Amino acid sequence: MSLKKYVVRRIGQLIVTYWAFLTLLFVVFRLAPGDPTSMYLQEGLSAEEREAILARHGLDQPLHVQYVEYMAQYLTGDLGQSFRHGVPVWDVLVVRFFNTIILMGLAFAIAYLIGVSVGAFIGWVRGTRKEKTGIVVTLIARSSPEFWIGILLLMVFTFYLGWFPSGGIRPPGTEYETFLGRYLNWGVAYHLVLPVLTGVIYYMATPTLLMRSSMINVLNSDFIQIKKAEGIPEYIILYKHAARNSILPMTTVVALVVGMSIGGSLVIETVFSWPGMGREMVESVTYNDYPLAQAIFFLMGSLVIWMNFVADLAYVYLDPRVRYD
Amino acid sequence: MSVKDHLPANVESKLTSSRALSQIKDGVSTAYELYRSDRLGQFGIVVLAAFVFIAVFAPILAPYSPGARHRRDDGSLARLDAPSTDHLLGTTHHGQDVFSQLIVSARVSVFVGFLAAFIAVFIGTNIGLISAYYGGWIDDILMRIVDIAYGLPFLPFVIVLVFIFGANIVNIMLVIAAILWRDSARVVRSEVLSQKQRPYVESARAIGASDFRILYRHVFPNVLPLTVLYMAFAVAYAIMYEASIAFLGFGDPNVYSWGRMMYQAYTHGAIREAWWWVLPAGVCIMLLVSSVFFIGRTLEEITNPEIRH
Repeated sequence: MSLKKYVVRRIGQLIVTYWAFLTLLFVVFRLAPGDPTSMYLQEGLSAEEREAILARHGLDQPLHVQYVEYMAQYLTGDLGQSFRHGVPVWDVLVVRFFNTIILMGLAFAIAYLIGVSVGAFIGWVRGTRKEKTGIVVTLIARSSPEFWIGILLLMVFTFYLGWFPSGGIRPPGTEYETFLGRYLNWGVAYHLVLPVLTGVIYYMATPTLLMRSSMINVLNSDFIQIKKAEGIPEYIILYKHAARNSILPMTTVVALVVGMSIGGSLVIETVFSWPGMGREMVESVTYNDYPLAQAIFFLMGSLVIWMNFVADLAYVYLDPRVRYD
Repeated sequence: MSVKDHLPANVESKLTSSRALSQIKDGVSTAYELYRSDRLGQFGIVVLAAFVFIAVFAPILAPYSPGARHRRDDGSLARLDAPSTDHLLGTTHHGQDVFSQLIVSARVSVFVGFLAAFIAVFIGTNIGLISAYYGGWIDDILMRIVDIAYGLPFLPFVIVLVFIFGANIVNIMLVIAAILWRDSARVVRSEVLSQKQRPYVESARAIGASDFRILYRHVFPNVLPLTVLYMAFAVAYAIMYEASIAFLGFGDPNVYSWGRMMYQAYTHGAIREAWWWVLPAGVCIMLLVSSVFFIGRTLEEITNPEIRH
């Protein structure tokens, strides 16, 4: 199969996955027991009022009509009206979406950078005490759910040392005119430290362990022995030859870690009162605001599906040996 | 193997059952040898055994009922009392004994952890076996389903389902299993794909063994170590996800769990003052989950001998 054919096939898969994901979303939110009509309409509502509300949200139609309408809406980017805020879902989400992307994107990027370097190092010093310590520390970090790491950091750095704020995204009362101005300032950076650190500690375990085993595979190959025999300094072999050749498998878990961090945003944002999608999701579910919950679920799932797609394409692009199957 | 290729069917069946058995025996003895020399694995087993013991005997071990409200000598509610001989880990905002809650909560983690992981790996292994063995459109459909399961962000999905179906411990367990199966499905499938090419499958087929028999009698014992490994990972993730769900406030309101303890401590602002209410539950989650990961690491050396030192 040629590269072109592979890409076309992968796009086909993407479409099928999206369709199934959207359908699942519809089924989960409309067909499950305790459907939204009974859950969201307060008691004591007269029959006419109830019907009016149902009609406004299109809930009085038969299910197959609702399904077609829902698909059409989502495909044209209309995510519906929030029950709780009384405004289009997009208006609620547009700022929160970027707040989450900034937070989790930073945590993810730093976790990957540290994970790859630490993993390369402990793979290199295989069989020593340092490796063992590295693995134990990594496994313990992986065993600590985000809320536990976050609470520990809060206890130490906020309540004991008083170095960082306990939550929020910027000092109260500050307003910014431009989009970039919202994020590129010291107030936000200061509020970002602890939540990002929480994510970094938890998410770096997966890339670290994978990089280590990938390093071990590469270090066993002949060309490393040859480089050693050539008398090339160790650190050059480590970074120029071994680590570079070990990085490829890291693309395979990108989507997995993105998925973990997207889901983890619910917990981290709750602990640090970060005004992002994750916390909004928790609240919208608590307050029965199902169009909002559904839209956030859709955005989060889309991020993971797209990252999967990009990672697959990156993999075949980066590795010319790969067979497209 | 080469001898077996030429044997009649009745002898073959005897041979395979003893082969499968001896394979499992080999695995167990390798595991034993590895654990004997591996401190980390030993530590994991001891800690895990301790938690299982605590979970089983929780009602006997807990000094008080976890929900009982205690009063001080002067009759006031023992609100956020520091640790003392009466209350080893102090009291909560509602005057409840933290130590007793901690002990009773071990039950939920161990129960949900093992059961959810078992269901997940059972489903995943079967899907992996069937998908790889039959190939073709069956494989295509099953793998697309796995892809979709990977597209679902875990926590949001679980929370929505738990919310819709009701927050009780059985639902939480089933919902966790409903998404955790994807890992073992993918891994078992790729292992079976390579096992399928080996001569023993062909000889079994030539002798006339049914697909079912080949899959579960011949192929399955060969992927069993991998299944056990993924079971360990699934236990660890199930425990963490259960705790995260409870921490977000979507846990079963009728049972005590470590996640729920942290949720209550957090919402009452106890992390400012009452360390005894916050730290123990977190430490327990970390200890239990890391013990499972330590055991998993040693298991990994059995399934992948190349990484043995």
